[in-house]
Amino acid sequence: MLPMRTRLLLALAALLLTTTYALPLWHISLRAPQYPEGLGLYIAIDAVHGQGEFDLQNLNTLNHYIGMHKIIPDEIPELRFLPVAIGVLVALGLAAAAIGRRWALRAYAAILVAGALAGMADFWWWEYRYGHNLNPTAPIKVPGMTYQPPLLGGKTLLNIHATSWPASGGWILVAAVTLVVALVVLDWRRSAPRAAA
Amino acid sequence: MRTRLTHSLRPATLVAAAALALAACGRSDAPASAADAAQRVYVAPGAKDEFYAFMSGGFSGQVSVYGLPSGRHFKTIKVFSQDPETGWGYSEQTKPMLMTSYGFIPWDDAHHPELSMTDGVPDGRWLFINGNNTPRIARMDLASMETEEIIEIPNAAGNHASPFVTPNSEYSVAATRFSVPVPQADVPIASYRENFVGMLTFVKLDSASGHMSLAFQVRVPGYDYDLAHAGKGVSDGWAFFTSYNSEQANTLLEVNASQRDKDYVAAVNWRRAESCVAEGKGTRQPARYAHNLMGADHIARTEWGTQVTVITPTTCPGMMYYLPTPKSPHGVDVDPTGEFIVAGGKLSTVIPVFSFGKIQDAIRQNAVDTVIDGIPVLHYEAVMVGEVQNPGLGPLHTEFDGQGNAYTSMFVSSEIVKWSLKDFTVLDRIPTYYAIGHLMIPGGDTRRPWGRYMLALNKITKDRYLPTGPELSQSAQLIDITGDKMQLLLDFPTVGEPHYAQAIPASLIQDKQLKVFDLAHNTDPWAAHGEREAGVSRQGHAVHIKLTAIRSHFVPDNVEGVQLGDTVYFHVTNVEQDWDVPHGFAVTGLDNAELLVMPGQTRTIRWVPSRVGVFPFYCTDFCSALHQEMQGYIRVSPRGSSVRLTANTNR
Repeated sequence: MLPMRTRLLLALAALLLTTTYALPLWHISLRAPQYPEGLGLYIAIDAVHGQGEFDLQNLNTLNHYIGMHKIIPDEIPELRFLPVAIGVLVALGLAAAAIGRRWALRAYAAILVAGALAGMADFWWWEYRYGHNLNPTAPIKVPGMTYQPPLLGGKTLLNIHATSWPASGGWILVAAVTLVVALVVLDWRRSAPRAAA
Repeated sequence: MRTRLTHSLRPATLVAAAALALAACGRSDAPASAADAAQRVYVAPGAKDEFYAFMSGGFSGQVSVYGLPSGRHFKTIKVFSQDPETGWGYSEQTKPMLMTSYGFIPWDDAHHPELSMTDGVPDGRWLFINGNNTPRIARMDLASMETEEIIEIPNAAGNHASPFVTPNSEYSVAATRFSVPVPQADVPIASYRENFVGMLTFVKLDSASGHMSLAFQVRVPGYDYDLAHAGKGVSDGWAFFTSYNSEQANTLLEVNASQRDKDYVAAVNWRRAESCVAEGKGTRQPARYAHNLMGADHIARTEWGTQVTVITPTTCPGMMYYLPTPKSPHGVDVDPTGEFIVAGGKLSTVIPVFSFGKIQDAIRQNAVDTVIDGIPVLHYEAVMVGEVQNPGLGPLHTEFDGQGNAYTSMFVSSEIVKWSLKDFTVLDRIPTYYAIGHLMIPGGDTRRPWGRYMLALNKITKDRYLPTGPELSQSAQLIDITGDKMQLLLDFPTVGEPHYAQAIPASLIQDKQLKVFDLAHNTDPWAAHGEREAGVSRQGHAVHIKLTAIRSHFVPDNVEGVQLGDTVYFHVTNVEQDWDVPHGFAVTGLDNAELLVMPGQTRTIRWVPSRVGVFPFYCTDFCSALHQEMQGYIRVSPRGSSVRLTANTNR
């Protein structure tokens, strides 16, 4: 059996995931000369919304010039799938803590890391499609130009400088995954000498 | 083009030149050093001014919004005058705003902006301004900086002593500058004394919405009621009006209304008037007046008033007194404590200062010279607490800095004189360029002046700027009043003629400025909330086109099936919800005005095609990179044509 402290921390990590129901995962912020007040998007597990009340609409208005597909939250299947996936991850984490076995911890860590990587990959793919699938009749066509926003960090796209970073929920998610991975590592270190002996 | 006052006093300026030398003691002619002054008015690119200043446009009929100390012009708020730039007073939604009992009046002479107040201090909710020619008061909302309401004042002519507001915005006042027969009647002009009367009007302000309603009118002798200010602090509950022409002349007033040594300041106890009205001492009299209100749907509607309650000083004793005041007083101003009431006797050689305490004593002691139509005339010496000696020539208006000083504009000697409220002696004087009318200190007519700056509002500019033919601008001059000596910092030309002005710290209103109108709450019946709601329909000979405007296209942008003889209504909804993205609308041969439609708003312009053909329409506001592409066509066919009514975009 895993020590009680490890099991409690595992349960805590699972419970931390529930904050993503309330807090946004990601923040894409855009700066342009005509938008001194800023323009941006928050991405949550079940929604995409503007940082200002009308930012999503305004972003779509601007994007139509370069032929980007409109961001319509209702048409993004991930936003229906993610709340369920997070729920399953929380349940699995609590189950692993209840089981309290090393295999359960390791299995959960593997699922969590795989889930996080899959999520990032999916996000990248989503950004790729938005940035590359351009309407051929768009008014503004710049040869060779695509508009994929950065996954992490900043990038200048024509007159707009885009930055992309985890938002509060995203950082908590990172913390939860890190915690679970740390628990695996600590457990492995503790058990390693005995295994050698 | 300029005020009557200018013309009537112009000969006097000759006399003034000689007298000026005598009056010029302690003159601080020297402006602050240019570099110093420049630094104090310099607002760096991108930085914000400290104050919003709202200046009347005079004959322009509008209100212009400036920043202080920079003197930069931000906006002209459309009030009484039609504005073909935006469609104000031309669009179907705004036309009712300019309705009066005289019909549709597309202009006025706007004089005195007045901020709404709470506890005697501007609260940044509304701004009021009077229309002098066709008696009206307008209310602007300070979050949208648009005119929301205009009420006509019946039984009046020349609404000059208006729209001064009581300390908790209970009332806005109006008084007739020109006495007239009430009710109007076909009488000889020479029967002025028998038939002409004045009216002091109290307009009730709703404390939550600001909505105006006619509370009551006070019927008073037929003089010219010129300016007003509400009492505050110790004199809260009173309002003061100046009058001239107590001679009751009906011709050549320049001479005939300047004969008596004293005219009157009318002191009105409006709380007493309120209770008399509540006790039923007023009479309901027929009066037809327009009350125009912008609805929550951004559509103005006119309601017709049919009656007004009139009370007289005779039926309501203790409501009103006359204070004898030297030589045709113009402004009447109340110091921040409410104790001192300062009148600007424009032909007087002194500035008389009344004490509210002395007025109350005089009333108690019955220090009455005579009674005119039920109005006791109090003894001048009994109510006067001091006279500012040798202030200059042509005192008009006084503002206060809250530090115990008063500043009076001198039209004839073209200067501002600073004097002490302690001993009524002159402390300093500074010339103005030229012929100052009103002056304004931020909060300078309230209980808590913000002080620091003063604006001189000048009628004549002559050689101050590069000349522009016979018609020259009026001007405002910014003066630093923080030191013992007033210092001229800046002068700048104004929109129209600035009569009075008001200023308020930017921090009180800048954060509540609307950025867009909420499209989801646009309840205009002809609004298109999205491109799917756009379209065309026919009702007899009227064709209604619901258009959406968004960067950078209209929907629909191809309209066919209109016939000669039809009246076309373009209902343009700006479906943007982005800050500072208005769209314009114009079509060839549009004989009224273009439209400027703010985000979320619907505005309708009426177009009667005059010939068969295909006519372009387009956006008149450079909205985006593809603004030039924001255009469409409307096809006009002969009457009886079989072309089907269609409207589409990109089909």
